[in-house]
Amino acid sequence: MIEFQNVHKTYRVAGRDIPALNPTSLTIEDGQVFGLIGHSGAGKSTMLRLINRLEEPSGGKIVVDGEDVTAFDSNQLRRFRQQVGMIFQHFNLLASKTVADNVALPLVLAGELSRGEIDKRVTELLARVGLSEHARKYPAQLSGGQKQRVGIARALSTNPKILLCDEATSALDPQTTASVLQLLAEINRELKLTIVLITHEMDVIRRVCDRVAVMDAGQIVELGPVAEVFLHPQHATTKRFVQEDEQVDENEQRDDFAHVPGRIVRLTFQGCATYAPLLGTVARETGVDYSILAGRIDRIKDIPYGQLTLALIGGDMEAAFARFTAADVHMEVLR
Amino acid sequence: MDILSYFANVDWVEIWQATNDTMVMLFISLAFIILLGLPLGVVLFLFSPRQMFEHKKVYAVLATIVNIVRSVPFIILLIVMIPITVLITGTSLGVAGAIPPLVVGTTPFFARLVETALREVDRGIIEATQSMGATTRQIIFKAVLPEAMPGIIAAITVTAITLVSYTAMAGVVGAGGLGDLSIRFGYQRFQTDVMIVTVVLLVILVQVLQMIGDKLVVHFSRK
Repeated sequence: MIEFQNVHKTYRVAGRDIPALNPTSLTIEDGQVFGLIGHSGAGKSTMLRLINRLEEPSGGKIVVDGEDVTAFDSNQLRRFRQQVGMIFQHFNLLASKTVADNVALPLVLAGELSRGEIDKRVTELLARVGLSEHARKYPAQLSGGQKQRVGIARALSTNPKILLCDEATSALDPQTTASVLQLLAEINRELKLTIVLITHEMDVIRRVCDRVAVMDAGQIVELGPVAEVFLHPQHATTKRFVQEDEQVDENEQRDDFAHVPGRIVRLTFQGCATYAPLLGTVARETGVDYSILAGRIDRIKDIPYGQLTLALIGGDMEAAFARFTAADVHMEVLR
Repeated sequence: MDILSYFANVDWVEIWQATNDTMVMLFISLAFIILLGLPLGVVLFLFSPRQMFEHKKVYAVLATIVNIVRSVPFIILLIVMIPITVLITGTSLGVAGAIPPLVVGTTPFFARLVETALREVDRGIIEATQSMGATTRQIIFKAVLPEAMPGIIAAITVTAITLVSYTAMAGVVGAGGLGDLSIRFGYQRFQTDVMIVTVVLLVILVQVLQMIGDKLVVHFSRK
C-alpha cells in the first residue's frame, strides 16, 4: 500500500518557490493499477518520482507498506529502491550494454546473486517479455516497443512489489502502445504487482487502470474507479480528457443535434447490461421510437461498456424513462 | 633519383632516435594524463551544476585551477616548471625532463574534455540507475563511464594529437624528439631536407593516432 500523507513539493527557481504539488493525500492499494493523468506541468511526474524519492518532498509523509519512505537514510533508500521498478518514456537503456546486460544491471548493482543466478533470471525475464532471441543485441538495434519491453524486463529483475511507469507508452505508436499495455496488465495480474503509471492519454487509463486520479495545476481534481471517472466525468479537466479520447466535440455535437426532434438522452451501460436488448424492448413496450445519434461500445480494462446518445420520439415518454432508470443503465436527459 | 639524392644528407639514425623520443614522450605522458585527468574530469562532472554532488564553491575552485593551468602558454609552463621537473625526475633535460610539463600542461585540458563527454550522457540514464538503488560510485562506474566511452576515447585522441605538437615545443628545454630536430636542423641550420622528413613523420603520426581513435570510437558506439 502506498500512502501520500499531506505531501507537497515546491521547486526553488531563481529565488522563487514554484509549487509543483499542493498538499495531497492519496492511498494506492496493493495489486492495483493506479493511473495519474494530467497535462504536462500538472504535477503527475513529481508525484510519481516522490514515491521512490527521485524527488524529495518539501513536506508530508510517504508511507509504503507501513514504512515511512521519507525517513529512510541513504542505505535504506537504496534497498527500498531495489524493491521498486521503474520504466521511462524514453526507455533509458544503456546504449553501451547488450539487452541481456541491461536487464541484468539492477541485479549486478544489488550484488546479491552470483553471475550464474543472474544469467538464469535474465533468461527468464527475456522470455516473459518475448525478447529471448534479442539477448545479445544492443538497444539501438531494437524498435521502440522492444526497447520498452527491455525496460520492463529490467524493472522486474529484482522482483519488485511496485512498478512505476513514467509515460511508458508516450513515445510509441498506437499498436505498440496496445501491446506494451497488454504486457503491463499481464504482469499486474500474474505477479500481483502494484503499478502506478502516469500518462496524458485517457486511452491508457481506460485500457489498464483500476483507479485513476486526474491532476490539474498541482492537485488531484478527481479520483475514483476508472469506469466511474471515465463514464461520468465531473471536473472540466476530466471531461476534456474523455472528449479527447472519444474525439468528440461537445459544442459541435450540440449544434448537430439542434435539428433533431424529440427528447435526447444519454444511456451508459456497463458489464452484462451492455449486451442486453434493452432498446428494442423499451421501444416495443412504450411505443417510443428511437434513433441513435452517437455511440460507442468498448471496454474499460476488462469490463464492457456502452454509451449511446439517443433521440426519443412519440409514445409514452415517461414510461420509457422509468424503464431505462429501472434497468441496469445510467440515464442522463440532455434535452 | 633526384628525390633520393635531395635527402642524402639526412642523418637517419638521428631521425630514428628523434622518432623514438617523440613516441616515448607521447605515450608515457598520455598514460599519466589519462591516469590523472580521468578522475579529475569525473570530479569536475560530479560537482558541476545539476549533477550528483552539485556544489558551486567546490566546482568554482576546481574550475579556476583548471582554467589557470590551461591559460598559461605551454612554452611558459615548460620554463616555470623547471624546478619542479628537476625535483620529480632529477633532470630538466631530455625525454624525462619533458614529461612532467607535458602532463601538467595537458591534464586540465583532458579533464575538461572528459567532463564534457560525461555531461553528454543522457540524464535519464542516471535517473534510471538511481531508481535501481545504485550508489554514486556504481552510477559512475557501471553507467556513466561506459556510456561516455566513445566520447572519452575521442577526448584521448584529441589530447594525444595536442601532445604531439607540445612535444615539439618541449624541444626548447632540450627534450629531443621530432619537433626538436625540425627546429634545430630545419630552422636553425637551414636543413630543409631534415625539416621535410620530420614534418612528414609528424603528419603520419597524427594521421595514425586519429585513425586509431576514430576506429575505437566507432567500435564503442553501439549506435
